[in-house]
Amino acid sequence: MSIAITHTAILTARQLRAFIRVPGYLVMNLVQPIIWLLLFGQLFKSVVDIPGFSGGGNYLVFLTPGIVMMMALFGSAWAGTSYIQDMDRGVMDRFLTSPTSRGGLIVATMLYQAVLTIIQTLVVLAVAWLAGARFAGGMPGILILLLSAVLLTFVFAAFSNAIALLAKQQTALIAISQIISFPLMFLSSAIMDTSLSPHWVGTIARFNPVEWAVVAGRQALQASPDWEAVWANLGLLAALVVVMTWLATRAFRAYQRSV
Amino acid sequence: MAQPYSLPFDSAPALEANDLVKTYPGGRGKPRIRALDGVSFAVESGTIFGLLGPNGAGKSTSIKILSTLSRADSGSATVAGIDVARHPDRVRKAIGFVAQKQVSDPMDTGRENLVLAGRLQGMTAQDARARAVELLKRFSLTEAAHRQVKTYSGGMARKLDVAIGLMHRPQVLFLDEPTTGLDPEARSEMWTELEAMARMEQMTVLLTTHYLEEADRLASRLAIVDHGRVVASGSPEQLKDGLHGDAVFVELAGETDIADALRAISTVVGVSEVIVDGRTIRGRATVGSIALPQLLGALDEAAVPVASATVARPSLDDVYLRHTGHTLSASKENAA
Repeated sequence: MSIAITHTAILTARQLRAFIRVPGYLVMNLVQPIIWLLLFGQLFKSVVDIPGFSGGGNYLVFLTPGIVMMMALFGSAWAGTSYIQDMDRGVMDRFLTSPTSRGGLIVATMLYQAVLTIIQTLVVLAVAWLAGARFAGGMPGILILLLSAVLLTFVFAAFSNAIALLAKQQTALIAISQIISFPLMFLSSAIMDTSLSPHWVGTIARFNPVEWAVVAGRQALQASPDWEAVWANLGLLAALVVVMTWLATRAFRAYQRSV
Repeated sequence: MAQPYSLPFDSAPALEANDLVKTYPGGRGKPRIRALDGVSFAVESGTIFGLLGPNGAGKSTSIKILSTLSRADSGSATVAGIDVARHPDRVRKAIGFVAQKQVSDPMDTGRENLVLAGRLQGMTAQDARARAVELLKRFSLTEAAHRQVKTYSGGMARKLDVAIGLMHRPQVLFLDEPTTGLDPEARSEMWTELEAMARMEQMTVLLTTHYLEEADRLASRLAIVDHGRVVASGSPEQLKDGLHGDAVFVELAGETDIADALRAISTVVGVSEVIVDGRTIRGRATVGSIALPQLLGALDEAAVPVASATVARPSLDDVYLRHTGHTLSASKENAA
């Protein structure tokens, strides 16, 4: 176990080094959430005026947790890219012919992606605050929002790693990630109150991990959160993280069968 | 069933492959591709063993199975006395693996790559740093130690790859085509490094290559692999001696009828294994210096003009040709 932890730590450090060395990538990661937040914020500003909208009178307040989860989803869906690069070179094969912890390889990518999510979430919150949004939930609310975003990141980073190991090609990884992340994004209350959508959207959303994260984060930012809903959704996310991490670790066997 | 395999040396082998078979899906509706079709060889501890053959012969597949990356469909293999299928975890601690493709991370520096590799092999941070300094020095990479690998030349990156494989002082090192893609100067430098490495480290090396010169220079024993099978094995000298004689080359001038030439050559006693390769006819003679004048005489008599004629001591290329029926350069062109 301590070996797995050491391997996770040094492999996470490797990814963070690569990230820090490309400043352009950091800038891109910071600009993106700002664009999404302000674009959607303006575009759908008047949905709060639709009778029956349950998210309160300020769309930006409603939208912010949605954008946070959207960034977490889209970012982590790309997590497998680093595996593809390692596979295109001999790096992955070298890791797999050494005692490198398979779980460590997966978890390192998840942790690295979580760091990016935390940075982006803080940027989104800062921009939202500057644009006038105020969150009654205060610091505990923000911490729960971060936790939800990190758990969602874990789920999809592990998933993306598994796809990378099975598909082995960048184009396939992008195609599969997009086919999955866009519907998940829109079949949730991330940018629109699902009680105003057709009934089936709400039904599907109940099984959507993006929705679990959005609900947990949005509730926690309110003045008097429904804590039961928050913990239930966080619990679902945590369970899914365990399943996905296990599946992704198993995907190494499929990869090794195919080389 | 393969015949019982007898070792060509006394000590326990550092590496042994027994009748390895590996197939891959051939695509929709096509039969499976047989990458390995019963490969057997054994490597004596502390030596460099070469697997020689063209692309697609099964060299990399053999290395992948022995290094635990891949599993054989049937057959067995041991590395450092450990069964690769049963105890892959133990094998992984005993080996270093330098893939055909670059095994270093271009975003990390040379030193970071080495330290990471050492730590993943269970070295302490302190040991890994000390060993990295030592290896960087040995491979003349000290000045580049703090530069990202993406700024390295092909030769430098390849040397770093070998150093990564050596970090934890493995018992067995796999080198899959260590000099492919390098320019001649870098290749020759790499050969010098590998020779020095073999002397300094008590280590067994399995090297694959499609350069005959490389196998001849570095390997004390080698196996020639073709179409997933070992077609010949032994020391380079043994293999060359097995040819019994010299190679004779005659290049014909102009628009000569090859049939006329072959008819003339067939009258010369002591020339065998005649093969036509474009306008060059190659044959084998017990003593080349005696056969060549007779050969030229016969061609002259038959009025076949000759552009050039040479005699060469047997080379590994001849060994290769003898056992596979094609030259290595020709099969490389076919593969490309």
